[in-house]
Amino acid sequence: MSLEMKATRDGFGEGLLELAKKRDDIVVLSADLTESTRAHWFKEKYPERFFSMGVSEQDMIGTAAGFALSGKVAFACSFGAFASGRAWDQIRVSVAYMNLDVKIVGTHGGISVGEDGPTHQAIEEVGLMRILPNMTVVVPCDAIEAKKATIKSAYRKGPVYLRLGRAKEPIVTKEEDFFEIGKANILREGSDLAIIANGHEVYEALVAADILLKEGVRARVINMHTVKPIDKEVILKAARDTGAIVTAEEHTVLGGLGSAVSEVVVKECPVPIEFIGVKDRFGESGAPAELFELFGLTARHIVEAAKVVLKRKTF
Amino acid sequence: MKKDRPDIDRLKGIAREIRIDILKMLALAGSGHTGGSLSMVEILVGLYFYKFRCNPERPFCNTRDIFVLSKGHGCPALYAILAHMNFFKKEELFTLRKLGTRLQGHPQIGLPGIEASTGSLGQGLSIANGYALSARLDKDDRRIYCLMGDGELDEGQIWEAALTSSHYKLDNLCGIVDYNKFQIDGRLEEVKNLAPLDEKWRAFGWYVIEIDGHNLEEIMDAYDKAETLKGRPTVILAHTIKGKGVSFFENQNRYHGVAPTKEELEKALKELESNK
Repeated sequence: MSLEMKATRDGFGEGLLELAKKRDDIVVLSADLTESTRAHWFKEKYPERFFSMGVSEQDMIGTAAGFALSGKVAFACSFGAFASGRAWDQIRVSVAYMNLDVKIVGTHGGISVGEDGPTHQAIEEVGLMRILPNMTVVVPCDAIEAKKATIKSAYRKGPVYLRLGRAKEPIVTKEEDFFEIGKANILREGSDLAIIANGHEVYEALVAADILLKEGVRARVINMHTVKPIDKEVILKAARDTGAIVTAEEHTVLGGLGSAVSEVVVKECPVPIEFIGVKDRFGESGAPAELFELFGLTARHIVEAAKVVLKRKTF
Repeated sequence: MKKDRPDIDRLKGIAREIRIDILKMLALAGSGHTGGSLSMVEILVGLYFYKFRCNPERPFCNTRDIFVLSKGHGCPALYAILAHMNFFKKEELFTLRKLGTRLQGHPQIGLPGIEASTGSLGQGLSIANGYALSARLDKDDRRIYCLMGDGELDEGQIWEAALTSSHYKLDNLCGIVDYNKFQIDGRLEEVKNLAPLDEKWRAFGWYVIEIDGHNLEEIMDAYDKAETLKGRPTVILAHTIKGKGVSFFENQNRYHGVAPTKEELEKALKELESNK
């Protein structure tokens, strides 16, 4: 596996530039975090289409809605904690309800934001966004995928939430890999169990699969980059083929990927599931690696969960 | 650009008809916001029957002006105006709040003439800013109007948006406050004091025009004046009376979110008819 490292927010910044080259209906709004979100590359190149909104996330979302109502595709950028929760009612009423082309970009998602601590560690936003009608939620696993997701989101009708990270992540996909919003990618075949992951946890899942393979366990690794609309087909096939699932997300286990997968599985093919994620608690300050260990989000934790779920298998 | 003024008596007649429609719609629906719908009637009549550029036959034509009703609960007044202008048939007014209607309890896009879904207070001015910024980007000379309630000015988002409007010098934007001095829980000064409101808007970088919000001449003057003021957004503080036009609803805050009963409707219609 390549160990090239790059942050998903960088992929977003590049994707935005590529989009802007092709389309003049793209506008970008930022709530005073322009460089941090990597919207500044767009700002430097297309200043007339960039709008500084100050630390006003609610107003930013509403303004983006006005742009979208005027026929633009508006990217609204902030940290995930603020882009989602702080402006949730604006996203609900001014964006999702009208099914507008507002693409909400939440960088610094998850606990990998590290030292800034719990106020800045967005671990609820996938759930917050997923429950809104019309909303699409994408959690890219690396910078390459984030760039593709950014570009594709502009061509998708309606609101999209892009969950991105600050930290440099291992690159696990390739430029030429197929990417479509709503279509999961199977990264590793296997029939003993399935590990369904997104964001940073895709990398951890791949490492976990390597460890498991050495012990004779073949794990299917699924990159479920789109949490909504979720790829039911891939989930159900995994449930039927393997009979056991581990979900892994850098997010609270309540309401995010694990919940979305469960909703599909319990209805059509109930199999045991173990959930890797933050266990209903707030984050805390620390180095990202320390936090992944503390919250149980490493490959080792996925391996342990896999062993538990294998014991629970019924077929 | 000064247009020929419509005949004031004609406008007054329209305002009376709009009030009649509002009361009938609300009584039939059995719920809705009577006081705040009646207070904004002249504000809308002066806009739609004088200043506003739109084409009911082509509701999405590019040259139209934009009206955002931030105080979404006042939608019965807007619906009545739009029906009067033939954006849709008048009969549809009486489907207000009924299952399957395009006339939702708060405005929803999809009904011709509605430019934004609103209802959760404080969100309209930001949307209007987006429209205004987009129009400027497209070098489009359309004007954007946003009607806010006074109670909804409690919302922080309004003031975030007010800063955005002035930061971007949005002189294609005209805010209007239906300043009827009441909100659900009571008088503004009891619930959350808003005064001095003119100074607040000025401090936020806006031109302020204060008028009697039931005087159609003053209203039309204000819209004309707002169009000539450059370099900043303009807000019209329209002093109004909640429940205006029906004596027993005026300044009676219990009619904020209550529809007239059948008896009240009859009495109100009689009063409006006799004031011809």
